[in-house]
Amino acid sequence: MNKAWLALADGTIFEGRALGYKGETVGEVVFNTAMTGYQEVLTDPSYKGQIITMTSPHIGNYGMTPEDAESRRIWAEGFIVKEASQLASNWRSQQLLQDYLHEAKIVGIEGLDTRALTRHLREHGSQQGLITHVDGDPRRAVEKAQAAPSIVGRDLATAVTCQEAYRWTEGSGEWAPSLDHKTGVGATRRWRVVAYDFGVKLNILRRLVDVGCDVTVVPASTTATQVEALKPDGIFLSNGPGDPEGVPYAIEAVRQLIGRHPIFGICLGHQILGLALGLKTYKLKFGHHGANHPVMDLRTRQVEITSQNHNFAVEVAHPISAIPDRPPVVDTSFGQVAVTHLSLNDHSIEGLVCLDRPVFSVQYHPEASPGPHDSAYLFTEFIQLMEKQHV
Amino acid sequence: MPRRTDIQSILLIGSGPIVIGQACEFDYSGTQACKALKEEGYRVILINSNPATIMTDPELADRTYVEPITVEVVEKVIERERPDALLPTMGGQTALNATMALVKRGTLEKYEVKLIGASAEAIHKAEDREAFKHAMQRIGLRVPASGTAHNREEAIKILEQIGFPAIIRPSFTMGGTGGNIAYNREEFEKIVEWGLAMSPVGQLLIEESLIGWKEYELEVMRDLKDNVVIVCPIENLDPMGVHTGDSITVAPAMTLSDKEYQRMRDAAVRIMREIGVDTGGSNVQFGLDPKNGDMVVIEMNPRVSRSSALASKATGFPIAKIAAKLAVGYTLDEITNDITGVTKASFEPTIDYVVVKIPRFAFQKFRGADPTLTTQMKSVGEVMAIGRTFKESLQKAIRSLELNMNGLSSREGLDRGIPEEFDREQALERVRQHLRTPIAERLWHVADGIRLGLSNDDLFALTKIDPWFLEQIRELMQFEALLVGQGGKKPAALAESLLWEAKELGFSDDRIAQLTGATAASIRKQRTRDGQGRRGVTYKRVDTCAAEFEAHTPYLYSTYGSECEARPTDRKKVIILGGGPNRIGQGIEFDYCCVHAAMALREEGIESIMVNCNPETVSTDYDTSDRLYFEPLTEEDVLNIVEREQPLGVVLQFGGQTPLKLALPLSKAGVRILGTSPEAIDRAEDRERFRDLLNKLGLRQAESGMARSVDEALRIASQISYPVMVRPSYVLGGRSMQIVYDESGLLEYMGSAVKASSKHPVLIDKYLSDAIEVDADAISDGTNVVVAGIMEHIEEAGVHSGDSACSLPPYSLDQSVIEEIRRQMKVLALELGVIGLMNAQFAIKDHTIYVLEVNPRGSRTVPFVSKAIGVPLAKLAMKTMVGKSLPELGLLEAPAPLHLSVKESVFPFNKFPGVDVLLGPEMKSTGEVMGIDQDFGWAFAKSQAGAGSPLPKGGTAFISVKESDRPAALDVVQQLQRLGFTVQATSGTAAYLRNHGVPAETVNKVMEGRPHVVDHIKNGQVALVVNTVSTASSHADSLSIRREALNKGLAYYTTIRGARAAVMGIEAILKKELTIRSLQEYHHRS
Repeated sequence: MNKAWLALADGTIFEGRALGYKGETVGEVVFNTAMTGYQEVLTDPSYKGQIITMTSPHIGNYGMTPEDAESRRIWAEGFIVKEASQLASNWRSQQLLQDYLHEAKIVGIEGLDTRALTRHLREHGSQQGLITHVDGDPRRAVEKAQAAPSIVGRDLATAVTCQEAYRWTEGSGEWAPSLDHKTGVGATRRWRVVAYDFGVKLNILRRLVDVGCDVTVVPASTTATQVEALKPDGIFLSNGPGDPEGVPYAIEAVRQLIGRHPIFGICLGHQILGLALGLKTYKLKFGHHGANHPVMDLRTRQVEITSQNHNFAVEVAHPISAIPDRPPVVDTSFGQVAVTHLSLNDHSIEGLVCLDRPVFSVQYHPEASPGPHDSAYLFTEFIQLMEKQHV
Repeated sequence: MPRRTDIQSILLIGSGPIVIGQACEFDYSGTQACKALKEEGYRVILINSNPATIMTDPELADRTYVEPITVEVVEKVIERERPDALLPTMGGQTALNATMALVKRGTLEKYEVKLIGASAEAIHKAEDREAFKHAMQRIGLRVPASGTAHNREEAIKILEQIGFPAIIRPSFTMGGTGGNIAYNREEFEKIVEWGLAMSPVGQLLIEESLIGWKEYELEVMRDLKDNVVIVCPIENLDPMGVHTGDSITVAPAMTLSDKEYQRMRDAAVRIMREIGVDTGGSNVQFGLDPKNGDMVVIEMNPRVSRSSALASKATGFPIAKIAAKLAVGYTLDEITNDITGVTKASFEPTIDYVVVKIPRFAFQKFRGADPTLTTQMKSVGEVMAIGRTFKESLQKAIRSLELNMNGLSSREGLDRGIPEEFDREQALERVRQHLRTPIAERLWHVADGIRLGLSNDDLFALTKIDPWFLEQIRELMQFEALLVGQGGKKPAALAESLLWEAKELGFSDDRIAQLTGATAASIRKQRTRDGQGRRGVTYKRVDTCAAEFEAHTPYLYSTYGSECEARPTDRKKVIILGGGPNRIGQGIEFDYCCVHAAMALREEGIESIMVNCNPETVSTDYDTSDRLYFEPLTEEDVLNIVEREQPLGVVLQFGGQTPLKLALPLSKAGVRILGTSPEAIDRAEDRERFRDLLNKLGLRQAESGMARSVDEALRIASQISYPVMVRPSYVLGGRSMQIVYDESGLLEYMGSAVKASSKHPVLIDKYLSDAIEVDADAISDGTNVVVAGIMEHIEEAGVHSGDSACSLPPYSLDQSVIEEIRRQMKVLALELGVIGLMNAQFAIKDHTIYVLEVNPRGSRTVPFVSKAIGVPLAKLAMKTMVGKSLPELGLLEAPAPLHLSVKESVFPFNKFPGVDVLLGPEMKSTGEVMGIDQDFGWAFAKSQAGAGSPLPKGGTAFISVKESDRPAALDVVQQLQRLGFTVQATSGTAAYLRNHGVPAETVNKVMEGRPHVVDHIKNGQVALVVNTVSTASSHADSLSIRREALNKGLAYYTTIRGARAAVMGIEAILKKELTIRSLQEYHHRS
C-alpha cells in the first residue's frame, strides 16, 4: 500500500493509504454522515471546492453505477474514507469505487481515523486541507493546505453550471419515492419550469418531471429577461457549491423575478433567494452534510428527516434559539417573509415562504438522493403554487 | 403534545420466563419502560412471572405482580388495580398474546382499560398472517406467495400452488416456533403437523421459499403526529431461510445502495401507517433478490423486539424508553436525545462503526436435536461487538462468544497453512458439505473454504452469503497468511507495522500469537511497550450521530485508531465484569446481579464501570452504570480497560462463569479482585482442594474420586459402587455431567467426555439416589454471615439444580436439618473468607447432610431469593466488597417470610423435536418462573401455570413409573383419585397398583399396539402425565409419551417428588380460589 497524507491548514496531519488517482489535491475539508449514497455525494456539484470525509467506515460496498450519478462527473476535490471496499457487491454495480475515482482523476485517502478527523473538524471548524500521495513532508503539506483557496466569497457556480440551456425530460422511473399520500401527483397539465443550474442535482430535475413539469435548464448567468423570454409557469433555483454572496448576478436576476412567477429554491437557490429578499447569509462552523437531519415544518409541526449539504445558511435579524410556536415573520421589501422550516439540531433556518409573493424555498434537499424521501411533498407544493398562480 | 393526563395508571405485561426467542431483551425494554413511565409520574403496575428480571424489582413499579401471565391472572390484576391503560408492546409475544386474549374476553372493555402503544386492530393486522398479507397488498407491496391452512388438507392444497421448497410458519408463535422449510412431501407433512400443534390458534402460513435472498430489518419509530424515523437498518449475513435470531447480523446495512435503502425505508414507513401502529417501535423485515433487487415484505412486529434491543445498543437510541414516552402522548421532537443532550429523538441515528451480532447455540445440550438453522429460532443467546470495520467487529464478536475460539480458527487444522500430505480434496468435500446447509459453525467453514482455495463465486453458490461479506473474510484470511509467513521468519518480534495492522483488523493477541508462533504475553508486551502511549488501543464513543455532536454518555468500544475518547475520571471506581452471552447455565440471573452491583456502587458514591458484550441485557444499557464498555470479556480486552481506567478493583462474582474464568489471569496480571479472593474461588472449584476443605470442617461429602484415565475411572466407580455421577472439573451448567448406572455406561461416558475436556480430570461421585437436594445462598462481609435463603428442591438430587423446581422455605425438611444447613453455610463462608455472596448445594439422605458443591459467588438463585425474602442480596454483596459490614448495612439476619415461593424451570424442548424431556445432571433449562402464595400448593400451581403447563383440575392421569418408584407412586395415585382423577397406567404399574388395592385402568404402551397411550394424549383424553424411567434403554421406549405431553402443553412429571408436589398443587386449586398479591404487599413496602 502506498502511503498518503492529509494535512489541514491548522497543522494537523493524518497518515493513511493512497486512494484513487495518484497525486495531490486541495479543498475545504468537510464531513458527511450519510450511511448510504457515496456516489450521489461524490457527483453532487455542491461539493465543488471541497474534500469530503465520509464518516461511514465502509465505502464502495455496493459499487458504482451511472444510474446513481447526480451530475455528469465528480465535482468533489478529494475523498477521505476509512476503508474503500475491494469488492463491490450489487446487481447494479458496474465499477469499483477505486476505479471510478481513478478514472475521474480524483485523489483520495483511506485508512486514517476518520472519526478523529471528524471530531477535529467539529471542534475546529471546516478548513482547507491537502491530500497528497507524493509529498511526505509535513511542513510543506500544511503550507500547501493553508495556501488553498477558501470557498468564502467565491463563485463556484460558474465552474459547475451548464454552458447552455437544455431541456430535461427524464423522471425518476422505478426509483420514484413512494412514501405516502403527500407525494402524490394529480397532474392537470404540464408546467413549463425554467430551472437555474447553479450546480443542479439530476434528481431535482427528475422529481420536477415526476410531478408534471416541462423543464428547461439554464446556465447560472441567465438574466431575468432571458428567463422571461422562455415564458415560464414557474422558476426553480437549484442547489450549488460555495458562497451565495459569490454570485451577485444570480441574486440580481432573482430579485427581478420575484413576484412575477412562482419560484421554488433549494439549497444555494434558497440562499440566493434569501439574499435577493434582503436577508443575510453566514457560514456555518462545519456545515450540514448528511441524510439524517430533522427539520420541523412550523406550519404543521411535523418533523421530516432531510438530506442536507450546505456550508452557509440564511439568517434573520433575531436569531432563533428555540422552536417557536408559530412561523416567525420578517418584513422585507417584498413584503412579509415567514420562516417555515427549522433545523431541530441547531435551529438554523431551513425554509422560507413569501407571504405576499408566490415564492418559497428550503435549505435542505427534498429531492433526497441520497437520503430520505420525507420532503418529497415540496415538489407537489411547487405545482400547487403554479396552479394557484395560473387561475 | 404534552403527556396524556386522562390516564394515571398503566399496566405493563412482561414476557415471562426466558425461552428461546424471548430472552432478557424484554427485561431491558420492560425496565426502560417502567423507568420512563414512573419518571412521568404514572402509577405503574407490572405483571411478570420471571423473578430474575430487573423490571420486577419492587422499586421499578408501584405494584409488581410476580404471578403467571395467564389471562385469568392478568384479569385479576386489572380487577384489583383498575389501571387506566395497558401498554402491551414491551413484553414480546407473551404480552401481545395475553393482551389479545384480554380483548377477546372483553376484560379491557369491562374495566375500561385503554390500550396504548398499539391498538387491538393493529396487533391483529400485523400478527395475523392473512390480515398482514392483505394489508401489504393494499399498499402495493409484495409478500411471498402464500396461503393459510388450518389442517393438513388445506396445507396440501396451498403446497400445490407454491411448490417446494415451502416455508411453514405457525401463527402467533414467537421465535418462529414450529416453523421450518420443507423440501419434500414427507418433510412437509411432518412440519405441518408440528406447526399446527405449536400455533395457539391452530393456523399455519405456508409460504413460497425465498431461500438465498438477502434479508434486512428496519427498526421504525412512530409518534402520534405521524412522525416516523428509522432507527437502524440491519443486514443479515445469513440469507433468507435462517431465522433472523439465528443469523449473524450487521448494522448498518452493508450492501444496499441509497436508492434501494430509501425504497425499503419508504415501504417501512407505509407499513407502519397501514398497520396503524400509533406510537412506538416496530420491526419490519424485508427480503431482497440479489439478482435484481426485487423486494418482498417478510413480516412486521408491532412491538419492541430482540432486534430493537440490538438496534438500541447498536446506535445508542433507546427504543423502548422512547416508545414508552410516545405511548403516553409525547412526540419524537419533544424528547431529548440523552447521548448528545442537545438534539432531539426525532432524527435517524447515523453510525460510524460496524456492529456485528453473532448468535450462541446450545445444541450439545440437546442430544438428537437437529442443528440445521432454519426459520425456527434455535439460539439461546447472542453477542454483539462494535468495531470500526466489519472485519474488526466480526473478530471481536467471535472472541466474545466464549467458544474457545480466538478468531476464525480453522476447523480443518489449517491455521498455520496447509500441512504437507494434507488431503485437500477430501477436506474441500467436507467443507462444501458443511456449507450447503446453514449451521452454527458456517462462518468458520467459510474461512476454511477460503483457505482451501474456494472463490467468492464458489462460496456464494454454496451459501448465498453476499460476496461483500465473503470478501471481508477473505481479506482476513489473506492477512492471517501474511502473519503466518512473518512468524516463520522472525518469531520473536513481529514487524511493528504488521502488528498494528493486525490489531486494526481486530485480531486478538492470542490469535496473532497462534499464527506467528509467539505467545499472547509477548504480543501484549510488544503492544504496550510505550505504556499504550504512542500507539495502542483507543476507545470511541457510541454517540448516535457519527461525531457530529459531542457525546455526553460514556458508552465506549475499543478500536485501534489515532484518538482515544475514553476520558477516564479520577473518581473512585470499580469495574464490573458481566456475564457475556446467554447460554444454558449462564442466563439473565447473572445480569441481574451485575446490574445490582452497579446500583450499589452508585449508592456508595463509587463510579461503576460495566464491561459486557451481550446486547440483550439491562447491564449493557448505557443508563445502568456510569460508564459502559461494550467489549469482549477476555483477558486481553479486560486488561486493556483496567489499564485505561485504573479502578480500585474488578468485580467477578456476579457475572457467573464468564468473569470467574478470568480470576486467575487477572490477578496474575496484578489486578485487584474485589470480594472473595481468587484463591478461595479456586479452593472451592478444585475438587481435591475442596475435599480437604470439607474434611477440615468436618463436613460430609458423597464418596468420590478423581480419574485421569479410563482404568482409574473404572476402579473408582467400583470402589464407591454404582450409580455414580461423573463430570469434568470446572463445569458450567452441568456440561457433560451424567449419572451412570453401570460399567458400560461409564465406558461410554469416558469415551466422549474425556475427549471433550482433555486438560481436566473426570470427577466421580457416589450418586445419592432419592436424596433431597437443597440450595442455599449466603452473604458475608468476612466476619458476619447471613444465610439468606434455603431452598428445597422439588426434584430429587441428581437433577441439575438449575433445572429443578424449588421451594423457599423448604416444604418438607425438618427444622433441625435446616438449622444444620445454616450452620454449615456459615462455617463454609467463614473458612473460605467469603466477602460477598456464596451458594452451596446439599443432598439430604436419611437425615444426613452431604455437601455437593460450594460456589463462592453470586448464583443463579440470587434474584429468586431476593424477591422471595425482599432483600436485594446482590446489592448488599457489592457493598460488602467495598468495605461495608453487614451490620452497617442493617442485615443481621434474613427475614423469614410467611409466604411460600416456588421457582420452576422452563425448558426449550418444544424447539427441538425428538429430544427427550427427561431431567438429569446436565442443565437444560433456559429460564425460570416464580409462584408466590400463602400455601405451598398454590405457589407450586402458580409456578406450573407460569411455566406454561397449568395443573389440571380433574380428568385422567396417566401413570407409568419405574419399578423402584412404584411404592411411592401408590400414594400419588390414591391422592389423585381422592381428588377426582381417573387413573390409567401401563401394564406393570397398573398391576402393581391393583395388587395394592388401588384401581387403575391398563393402557397400551406404544409398542403394545393401538390404541395406545400416545393416541389418548393426542385425542386430549389425558390431563396429567407421571412418567419416571431408569435405564437408558427404557428412555427411548417412553420418549413419545413425554414428547406428546409436551406438544399438548400437559402438566407432566418425570420424578415422583414432582408428582407429589403436583398433587399438593391440584388439591390447592380445587379447594381455594386464586388470590394474588404484589411484591410490595408481601414485603410491606406500601
